[in-house]
Amino acid sequence: MTSNLTLLVLIAVLVACGVYLILERAVSKMLLGMILFGNGVNLLIITVAGPDGAPPILGAFDDQHAEMADPLAQAMVLTAIVITMGLAAFVLALAYRAYILTTSEEVENDPEDVQVATRREVEEPEE
Amino acid sequence: MNHHLSPGLLPVLIPLPVLIPLLGAAVTLIFGQQRMIQRYITLLALTSGVVISALMLYLTDHHGTGVVQVGGWRTPIGISLVADRLSAAMLLVSYIVLLCVSAYGSGQNIRDGDEKQPTSIFRPTYLVLTAGVSAAFLAGDLFNLFVGFEILLAASFVLLTIGATAERIRAGVAYVMVSMLSSLIFLTGIALAYATTGTLNLAQLSVRLGEAPEGVRTAVYAVLLVAFGIKAAVFPLSNWLPDSYPTAPAPVTAVFAGLLTKVGVYAIIRTHSLLAPDGRFDTVLLVCGLLTMLIGIFGAIAQSDIRRLLSFTLVSHIGFMVFGIGLATVAGLAGAVFYVAHHILVQTTLFLVVGIIERQAGSTSMRRLGGLAASPVIAFLFLIPALNLAGIPPFSGFIGKVALLQAGAMDGSALAWVLVGGAVLTSLLTLYVVAIVWAKAFWRDRSDAPEGHLAAAKPPALIEETDDVLYDERSDPGRIPVLMVGATTVLGVVGLALTVFAGPILGIADRAAADLHDSTVYIVAVLGDPGDFR
Repeated sequence: MTSNLTLLVLIAVLVACGVYLILERAVSKMLLGMILFGNGVNLLIITVAGPDGAPPILGAFDDQHAEMADPLAQAMVLTAIVITMGLAAFVLALAYRAYILTTSEEVENDPEDVQVATRREVEEPEE
Repeated sequence: MNHHLSPGLLPVLIPLPVLIPLLGAAVTLIFGQQRMIQRYITLLALTSGVVISALMLYLTDHHGTGVVQVGGWRTPIGISLVADRLSAAMLLVSYIVLLCVSAYGSGQNIRDGDEKQPTSIFRPTYLVLTAGVSAAFLAGDLFNLFVGFEILLAASFVLLTIGATAERIRAGVAYVMVSMLSSLIFLTGIALAYATTGTLNLAQLSVRLGEAPEGVRTAVYAVLLVAFGIKAAVFPLSNWLPDSYPTAPAPVTAVFAGLLTKVGVYAIIRTHSLLAPDGRFDTVLLVCGLLTMLIGIFGAIAQSDIRRLLSFTLVSHIGFMVFGIGLATVAGLAGAVFYVAHHILVQTTLFLVVGIIERQAGSTSMRRLGGLAASPVIAFLFLIPALNLAGIPPFSGFIGKVALLQAGAMDGSALAWVLVGGAVLTSLLTLYVVAIVWAKAFWRDRSDAPEGHLAAAKPPALIEETDDVLYDERSDPGRIPVLMVGATTVLGVVGLALTVFAGPILGIADRAAADLHDSTVYIVAVLGDPGDFR
């Protein structure tokens, strides 16, 4: 199997940027990170499908193409793209709702978690 | 036993656990405004699911693994749905839980009105979640496992943030991000597996990965294990869970706690048996299992909110299942399979009881609760599953833990003995946690609770049956809807049935584990002659 080095470098860059953005606190930045990461993974699946320029479906007049690309990988990418898009839309709705309710879209710490963490050691768990 | 059921029935049944809830979701969506019709359709879909999965379990146990090629395509090209003993058992337990929780939710809505929930979408989404869980249990290839996960995740996002209150949005954002990340990692694993072998059919993947270079095999499985570890909440990937689950409505939390993490555990079991049969990850799994057990239960001790406390015990007991998988012996896997069934039932029951407590006492915080033992109904409903969770004989938790400890002792390696010690310590600490809840929420007077005056005092509980009452017009919050008690009781009784019928059920678990341990059973069932598919 041959791979395209340019695409592999691009995948690495996309995933790296995506991970960096996911580590942010703002929901919109996290979402952008998810989308970049997702695009990187989708490109990875595309590169798995075989060399460039080959069609996934052979018709009657494709004599010049000796090889065909793997249609399964392309079908999987289409599915993955659709799923990512649907979830991204849901996250946008969540972020908008969070902004309406709290006028910020930062991810907050769990209040109960903070309470447990800041409790002094000598205290009873219920005080 | 009658053997009139022909094995030819199995291929007919296999697609139904996915199809029926999806059709039910469509129909309930059409009847969005007629709550009674919605309720009956949901009940019908889930009841038929229970019957079908019971039939499937009987058939797979007597006639072996069943395979369906969707659309009649040839084996590795088409989509395979595979039902073996493990899949069928998981389906049966899941459907029982889903049915009881659905009844519980109906009971609560009938009594308290539905203003707090957009019911018109609640039931369709709940049925889509059911279909996703079933699809994940039956998937014969990695990509459809992924699709099953995505279906149940998309549904779970909606259920977790239903009503869109500030608290649920906050918890929902974190949960959605973590879930999406795990899905992307899973997708990366799929891409790597496909690049390596050119197939995603689990059976063919198993055959071809066996011939791949060792480093590649390790990389592929490691990526998949991280993805499933997040979904199953295995330490160090478990910190998202206690912050996400407790804010949802009681029935939703119960279903999530019971089922969603177990789908991750199922994926770990399945891929471990097929893709890593050489045991290269067993040490990793054992160490992670130990840490999951101990850190989970230490987290539970520190909590003051009962729901968060139970979320931590949930994480902790995932460690027991990972322990069984990591042993990679037939006995260990059998213990893990039995423990999964036990834990789904018990953990769901406990979350349902906490839902009742919240409805009656207006709080789930142990800073505000007290005197719940005045209501014998709640006390009994809580105590039995709580002792079961801690592993007190003769309950099923005890049987499952003993099976795992025996498997660990038979393994005999130093690490296995450390895990046996860790498991015993975790059981004792679970008992300690349960005792804390009992002492604070049930036994002491409400006036002794530090913030007891903040929660409205409620009269002791009676069971009764009435029609719709608007939430703000409830004058009798001290009375529990009969359906809520009934559903919780049924689940508790099914949990006890695991003890009464421990022999046959452990037999099924043993046979399922033997199939898992010898992966050729699965491969031959799907491919026929694996030699043709190298």
